[in-house]
Amino acid sequence: MMSTGNNELLSVKNLQVVYTSDGVPIHAVNGVTFSLEKGKTLGLVGETGAGKTSIAKAILGVLPEFSTKSCAGEICFQGTDLLSLKERQMAEMRGRDIAMIFQDPMTALNPVMTVGDQIAEGIRIHNKVGKKKAREMAEAMLEMVGIPAGRYKDYPHQFSGGMKQRVVIAIALSCRPTLLLADEPTTALDVTIQAQVLEMIVKLRDEMGMSMIMITHDLGVVAEVCDYVAVVYAGEVVEYGTLSEIYHNPAHPYTQGLFGALPDISVETERLHSIQGMPPDPSHLPEGCKFAPRCPHATDACRSGEVGLENCGGTHTCRCLRAKEEG
Amino acid sequence: MAPVIEIRDLKKYFETPKGLLHAVDGVSMKIEAGQTMGVVGESGCGKSTLGRTIIHLLESTDGQILFEGEDVTRVKGKDLRRVRENMQLIFQDPYSSLNPRMTVTETIQEPLYLSGRYKRGELAKETDRLMDLVGVEKRLRNAYPHELDGGRRQRVGIGRAIALNPKFVVCDEPVSALDVSIQAQVLNLLQDLQAEKGLTYMFVTHDLSVVKHISNNICVMYLGQLVETCASKEMFASPLHPYTKALLSAIPSVDIDHRRKRIVLEGEIVSPVDPKPGCRFAARCPYATEKCQQPQKLEEVSPGHFVACNQVREINHM
Repeated sequence: MMSTGNNELLSVKNLQVVYTSDGVPIHAVNGVTFSLEKGKTLGLVGETGAGKTSIAKAILGVLPEFSTKSCAGEICFQGTDLLSLKERQMAEMRGRDIAMIFQDPMTALNPVMTVGDQIAEGIRIHNKVGKKKAREMAEAMLEMVGIPAGRYKDYPHQFSGGMKQRVVIAIALSCRPTLLLADEPTTALDVTIQAQVLEMIVKLRDEMGMSMIMITHDLGVVAEVCDYVAVVYAGEVVEYGTLSEIYHNPAHPYTQGLFGALPDISVETERLHSIQGMPPDPSHLPEGCKFAPRCPHATDACRSGEVGLENCGGTHTCRCLRAKEEG
Repeated sequence: MAPVIEIRDLKKYFETPKGLLHAVDGVSMKIEAGQTMGVVGESGCGKSTLGRTIIHLLESTDGQILFEGEDVTRVKGKDLRRVRENMQLIFQDPYSSLNPRMTVTETIQEPLYLSGRYKRGELAKETDRLMDLVGVEKRLRNAYPHELDGGRRQRVGIGRAIALNPKFVVCDEPVSALDVSIQAQVLNLLQDLQAEKGLTYMFVTHDLSVVKHISNNICVMYLGQLVETCASKEMFASPLHPYTKALLSAIPSVDIDHRRKRIVLEGEIVSPVDPKPGCRFAARCPYATEKCQQPQKLEEVSPGHFVACNQVREINHM
């Protein structure tokens, strides 16, 4: 992947995350490599269980201690390898430099703490300011996400879903992070509210000059907010490129399948092209290409030996033998 | 021939500590045999309540429900059972709608057994046939729901719903809990079953691209009321109600070459408890005027296209 040295904010190399369940290793992330420039947005697209959230949690250093067996590779953020940091050092960066918006605003907030105090908590810890100043800053954050500061002392249950997600966003942005990880931030919301929230995230991202990793299964959302796209399948990046490269010329059969399976309001289709079968069980991954069992073009060559990411012009890379031949 | 389902001014109110919640407030529609009626709207607009009231899972407060021309609004006992066999529901969440202690066979067989139409020997055969029909492998006969993935669970739910050959099926967000690739498999299955058995669907969803794909006609609901209804193609080509326009423009599209102008609505859906007369969308409507304080009536603006908006002509320059 091309990136110009000094503009690079984050570079993830050969990231591997293995969980364990009853002693059985679960390979959630299998050698993911990508980089992100300052001020750009990368979309991580994939289905449930593809490993998208595990990638984000690894970057933020919040993988569940109990069930994580190993997290290996390199996550280089502004020149520091995050995986080599001690928890105390990581805690300093978490929230200040890297922040995350969680998928479900109903469970991401503390139900017995006022929303204002939840925003002020991070501000006090990271900015070393007093109670009063933190409160002022938290009120400013509330206003920024479109909630009247007068609701500082309200509890999460007094807010609707869209408003709760605004609070979650205010918490994430309260320390003006350099990198924002957004994990399905609008999936739990209604379309008109989704439109409001997406618009706001994009506006604040641009104002603050943040870089963002947008995790989603919704190709429409990616089209609206991302510069680059990485398609994740069975813990691997199977295709990577600019928005235009991926949307105009999807090269991997899985990406093509995703576009085919999508009912799009601007296109007339009689029947959807579903992808046959199910994603593989991460405790028993197939040999060779992990998509081969569901792929309409799979040959014997696909089922033996690893398939690497190959360049198919520009920044566009694809993990497929067939695309390589055609490329 | 009478439409399979006709409802007239159907109302379903719930008593809450804060007042009367108008979940469904005077909805009328007809669904013809073999057709799919899509019902769209956001959380809390009453679309699920509407589906459940029609099939008698909830008792209606007022109005009429006609099944093939027969008034079934207040049927009870044996008659209700007969009506229910013809009206079924596919639930949204395949994770909570199956009994975790029943195997696939038991789940699909239960309605067959209860109907009393099948002898003991025939039950197993019929169950196998249904599993085949919905594409659940025979090896999973004795599997429990937790052993199945979301797509297969939903197939089992569909198998159970169509076991007694109903004429009318309410599909309540049947694919919203599923991944895109699995969602397409289930949508295709629903379409195949409709073609094969001549089923009539009411397809309740918040996902407009899905509804466009599967429906002949669409109803848009807002706070318990219909705001617009017409043929599916027409709805997407020329939406007339300001809410429908905003709803359609809010869908993120994968077409990166033709950006549509998005109408972002201010505010959120208000409470359906003791609503004021007048247009319920007015609080968020960019075109709202004093005229909107008056009650709105669903009006046929062009042939087959009904809109509930006093200002529909002005807004659309008609």
